[in-house]
Amino acid sequence: MSITYLEAIREAQARALAQDPRVFIYGQDVGAFGGAFKATKNLAAQFPGRVIDAPISEDAMVGMAVGAAIEGMRPIIEMQYADFSTAGFNQIVNQAATLHWRTNLPCPVTIRLPCGGTSGSGPFHSQTMESVYAHYPGLIVVTPATVEDAYGMLLEAVAIDDPVIFCEHKQLYNHLKADELPRETLPIGKARIAREGRDMTIVAYSAMVQEALAAADELATEGLHVEVVDLRSVKPLDTDTVMASVARTGRLLCVGESWPWGGVTAEVIARVATEGFGLLDAPPQRLNCRDTPVPYHPNLRAAHRPTIRAVAAAARSVLRH
Amino acid sequence: MLDTVVKPGAATDVAARGELACMAFRWMVLARVLDDKLAGMYRAGKIHGGVFLGRGQEALSVSVGLSLRKGDVFAPLIRDAAGRLAFGESILDPIRTFMGSPLGPMRGRDGNVHRGRPREGILPMISHLGAMISVVNGVLLARRFNGVKEVVGVASIGDGGTSTGAFHEALNQAAVEKLPLVVVVANNQYAYSTPNSRQFACRSLADRAAGYGIESKTADGTDLLECLEVMGGAVDRARSGRGPQLIVARLLRLCGHGEHDDARYVDAKLKASPTGRDCLKAAEDELLRQQWADATMIAAWRADAAHRVEEAVATVQREGAPDPFKERWCALASRHLSEGYDSE
Repeated sequence: MSITYLEAIREAQARALAQDPRVFIYGQDVGAFGGAFKATKNLAAQFPGRVIDAPISEDAMVGMAVGAAIEGMRPIIEMQYADFSTAGFNQIVNQAATLHWRTNLPCPVTIRLPCGGTSGSGPFHSQTMESVYAHYPGLIVVTPATVEDAYGMLLEAVAIDDPVIFCEHKQLYNHLKADELPRETLPIGKARIAREGRDMTIVAYSAMVQEALAAADELATEGLHVEVVDLRSVKPLDTDTVMASVARTGRLLCVGESWPWGGVTAEVIARVATEGFGLLDAPPQRLNCRDTPVPYHPNLRAAHRPTIRAVAAAARSVLRH
Repeated sequence: MLDTVVKPGAATDVAARGELACMAFRWMVLARVLDDKLAGMYRAGKIHGGVFLGRGQEALSVSVGLSLRKGDVFAPLIRDAAGRLAFGESILDPIRTFMGSPLGPMRGRDGNVHRGRPREGILPMISHLGAMISVVNGVLLARRFNGVKEVVGVASIGDGGTSTGAFHEALNQAAVEKLPLVVVVANNQYAYSTPNSRQFACRSLADRAAGYGIESKTADGTDLLECLEVMGGAVDRARSGRGPQLIVARLLRLCGHGEHDDARYVDAKLKASPTGRDCLKAAEDELLRQQWADATMIAAWRADAAHRVEEAVATVQREGAPDPFKERWCALASRHLSEGYDSE
């Protein structure tokens, strides 16, 4: 039996609902319909009254979650697409993210963002938002890259006493499979060595971990041994694991799917350059998508986000230096 | 102390109405004296940032506070000192928050009107208008999940706030969920300097209720007795399961948007109209006319209010300021997940 990344997300929600009466799910079409991507399939029937359809009101959805959290509930909000979370942005960054600091109350709200493009999705159904949310204090931002993490980190997100932005990648939904659900996973805040190698480090997260691993396979055929670090959560960012890897390899490439100005990849490079300058044998590099909206046509989209070939090419350039 | 015994909805006989009106008037006086003190402290440079007053809105505000009971939820806006006090906020809370006292509910991290005690039913507003209404919805939804019955949530807003998307989303959401929400619009004629004519084009903001499928009522916001009756009725209807209620009260802000604003844009004709009358003076006249109070009693109430405000200010002024070296510079409840910036 195998389980997909999407099924893991559904199973994690089913388990969260089953084990904690404070958990409920609120989002557009999440009820009887089971969600636009079926991440809540059958949950409304299994947990009557606790999987609730919302009007198309992202602002009010998040506001309601914060109010419920004030009362001790642990809501899970499903944004239909990460892109639409901008319509609830104010409530996320100004209400949810400031509540604890202002009032000392916990704000255990999990906001699920189906991120990233699939072919033909275009500018408004393809965005990755982790860099935007990671910029705000008071939010935890996680980017699971495996079936195991999709399951384990979602359960942990619901248990955390702070707002968690759960960035789930749509491209991984059905493509990524595991044999079974994990019994335990690394805690949020710890990065993972996804592949060991001695020649250089590629730091990636979310779907880019898969691209980085494939690029590492390609480079291995050339005799190049690439270490891949999966950040898992981008905030908090596990600088120690990144630094330890760079200490072993001396070379760093950081790959992200969001836009190039600032963001997660820039943060990783800044930290390594600041705290580990002496560890580096070559200038660190970063690879992001292009600085335009996400294009519609598959040809354009394939050239917009970092591909296996682009990651491998960037890695070669770090290694050549 | 002013203990709330009579509730607006229950005040049917004349004696009870008189008792309620006197209590409401005393809270209004306390709020006005507090506001005047805060304005004076602002002019003396003793307050960081802005000062926002409720002058002219006390009758409506106090009616909200008195209509609610312990266990209800109140998301006040910036001109709700009277309602907050009547609902149970300590007079120390506004002074501590305006002065940034570490002993206040916001501990110097947020200031002035941005204060509350969520666990005691007062939600601390953020500045983005309309954003608190859906938070009240969430509290009410959670209460429903937990089987708590006969609870009411009130969200205050102004005429300007009704133009926000958040206002629309939250009213629609409350209507869909049939929540016991009361949204109180203090139409004080200006959103900062923008008059009603540039804010909305409907005949009355109360007409918007029909679009959400909810009930609405209007009130003369300068008339304490009318405000008590209309607010009490709305809260009772919400409590009895009739769904969200929209109340729109007409009044005039008798001050600037903040104390930095001289409000010279306010139309002189509006000031001279019935909308421009001072609800506090009108309430006093009514108390005297009905012989619910006499001049001696009112003078004593004023003196008591002045004493309470002065005493509270003196207390807070002795409390000191927040210490940046003792501040915990972490925005998360989960300290182990802190990034550790600035922790050294």
